[in-house]
Amino acid sequence: MNFSIAVMQAFDGLSLFSVLLLMALGLAIIFGLMGVINMAHGELMTLGAYMTYLTASGFEKYAPNLMGIYILVAIPVAFLASFALGYALERLFVQWFYRRPLDTLLATWGLSLILQQAYRTIFGSGEVSVPLPSWLNGPWNLNSTIQIPLNRVFIIALAAGVTLGVYVLLNRTRSGLRIRAVTQNRAMSAAVGINTRKVDALTFALGSGLAGIAGCVFTMIGSTNPGTGQLYIVNAFIVVVFGGVQSLMGTVLSAFSIAQSQSWLEYFMSGSMAKMTMLAIVIVVLYFKPSGLFTTRVRS
Amino acid sequence: MGKLSRREFMSLGGATAVAGITASSSLLASSAFAAEPVKLGLLHSLTGTIAIAEAAMVDAEKLAIDQINASGGVMGRPIQAIIQDGASQPSVFAEKAALLLNEYKVPAIIGCYTSASRKAVEPVLNRKRGLLYYPTYFEGEEEDPNVIYTSQSANQSVVQAIDWLAKEKGKTFFLVGSDYVYPRTCNLIAKATLPKVKGRLVGEEYAPLGQTDFSAIINKIKAAKPDCIYSTVVGGSNVAFFKQLRASGLDGTKQVLLSTVVSENEIEGIGAQNAVGYYACMGYFESIPGAANQAFVKAFKAKYGQKRVIGDPMECAYNSVYLWKKGVEKAKSFDPQKVIVASRGLILEAPEGEVKVDEKNNYVWKKVRIGRARSDGQFDIVWQSPGLVEPEPFIKM
Repeated sequence: MNFSIAVMQAFDGLSLFSVLLLMALGLAIIFGLMGVINMAHGELMTLGAYMTYLTASGFEKYAPNLMGIYILVAIPVAFLASFALGYALERLFVQWFYRRPLDTLLATWGLSLILQQAYRTIFGSGEVSVPLPSWLNGPWNLNSTIQIPLNRVFIIALAAGVTLGVYVLLNRTRSGLRIRAVTQNRAMSAAVGINTRKVDALTFALGSGLAGIAGCVFTMIGSTNPGTGQLYIVNAFIVVVFGGVQSLMGTVLSAFSIAQSQSWLEYFMSGSMAKMTMLAIVIVVLYFKPSGLFTTRVRS
Repeated sequence: MGKLSRREFMSLGGATAVAGITASSSLLASSAFAAEPVKLGLLHSLTGTIAIAEAAMVDAEKLAIDQINASGGVMGRPIQAIIQDGASQPSVFAEKAALLLNEYKVPAIIGCYTSASRKAVEPVLNRKRGLLYYPTYFEGEEEDPNVIYTSQSANQSVVQAIDWLAKEKGKTFFLVGSDYVYPRTCNLIAKATLPKVKGRLVGEEYAPLGQTDFSAIINKIKAAKPDCIYSTVVGGSNVAFFKQLRASGLDGTKQVLLSTVVSENEIEGIGAQNAVGYYACMGYFESIPGAANQAFVKAFKAKYGQKRVIGDPMECAYNSVYLWKKGVEKAKSFDPQKVIVASRGLILEAPEGEVKVDEKNNYVWKKVRIGRARSDGQFDIVWQSPGLVEPEPFIKM
């Protein structure tokens, strides 16, 4: 392995980290903070991807000269659409399953199948192609042998921004304080006048909105079809569980360690072997630390 | 009249229904066909993950059925399509195949896309003496007496593709595919072909099905510096692979990339801007010149819309209906066993040109073509085999 390949490989590890982080953040909030195992999280990502597709098609039709910046519009559109769907789902569906984790698992899995078929009916069963703005297409040639994909640089920056945003929201705002309070002690929070139902709905919607952003990002590097979410959901769960369910910092560090080891393992062995080794490591770690790498202590 | 009593209402409804039946039966009698329709099973995934590929094949099959019905049907009988959804699950395919054979008594089924679904349907066919037309390119390695394979088997595309690459583009090869039977078989054939064309293997990699991140494989390709990349990455992974290849600078100018699984349908999902300049080896391309193909493309777009594209499996699906018609007419019977026997050596003038069922097995001889993707998602055909290429159900090493 020469220097150029090592540089690109290191960058790819970083890039995979940002992708894993984006898809796990929303799940970490819903699963970690609310304790809801949302199997339909992948489909909320898919919604974000389809919203990006619709935004791109809209720009292509009505403002073709602005195609270069459509992605900057698509990100908030994807967030808002998934936020709205998440809010509706929580109010109409998920809220009836709180404190019944197994039922939630089955119910949200069914929901995921319904959503997949809905996408198939609305957008067709085939892949849709989401064009990449020209300034994000292609590599940034550092020298003749080192090429860094521009879209990955964008994704890393976006992931950093979103993570910072979530951190500030949870730790520096009143709404964040309420979310954390409900997480730590629901009964007491209700007793001091916090509307826990509203907090639940907003938390679920926030997690869903983040899934939407992740979906938007996936259109740049992967495929968009009704089943897209399924490709990412397992990895997202692994990151959250490995990181330790109630800790956002845990999710970040877990995404980093999984991405780096996955990326390097894949370079030195075959893809399937790398995936297997990665899962074996996760299983061993979870055996010795069942609650994940990082746990925040809460009073039970 | 005041309120209708329940009894009056029922009798009124009954009268209307009877009137309806008489009207519709007289309609039937006055239509072109006096003969009873013959049923044809179409068994594909309309839901689930494989619907991506299969839904469009049903469209092509329905077009062929419409055309045949408009020109007099099969032996004077119109075809009635019985469409069943395999739901992307082999077990459902087997169930629906049994339903088609037992309940609908179809004399033939056109269907399946994945080898797994075909393998699940075969025992049902063998038990019920059914007949399946399998219209998808696949790895070969089997010869079921109840199946007619109407697309190219691996040897037909892979040998030609490797040979062409070695002659035109360079001698070092990197093989990359999804990790399952089709890519591994294709690569076995590719590796056996390499010494014959003085080619050299510099790398071979497999990505798990559904892989979304190809950066490690791309770095391995960069490190190995091959002249040619031969790809059998399939499904949604294909989109990720192509997008990431281009983003990391492997845009086909220094290294050539050829795939035996990317048709016009896949390019729709990959995006023409991401696929331009890469090569594909197929039996059929929408851009094939000639009256037969132009008529087919025109009829398809008139029925389904100008924006639709036609990929290789769709044309093979379309051909399958016509091959069955020809087989039936030659056998002068709808009996599956007689049709299979009659199909030996059958020649069809398809949109892609001549297609011929082998004399000894149920595979087809066909031309193989190599195309270079254009910016409009279509292919420029840069090479085609001089004659029909012989199918080899089992690889000769």
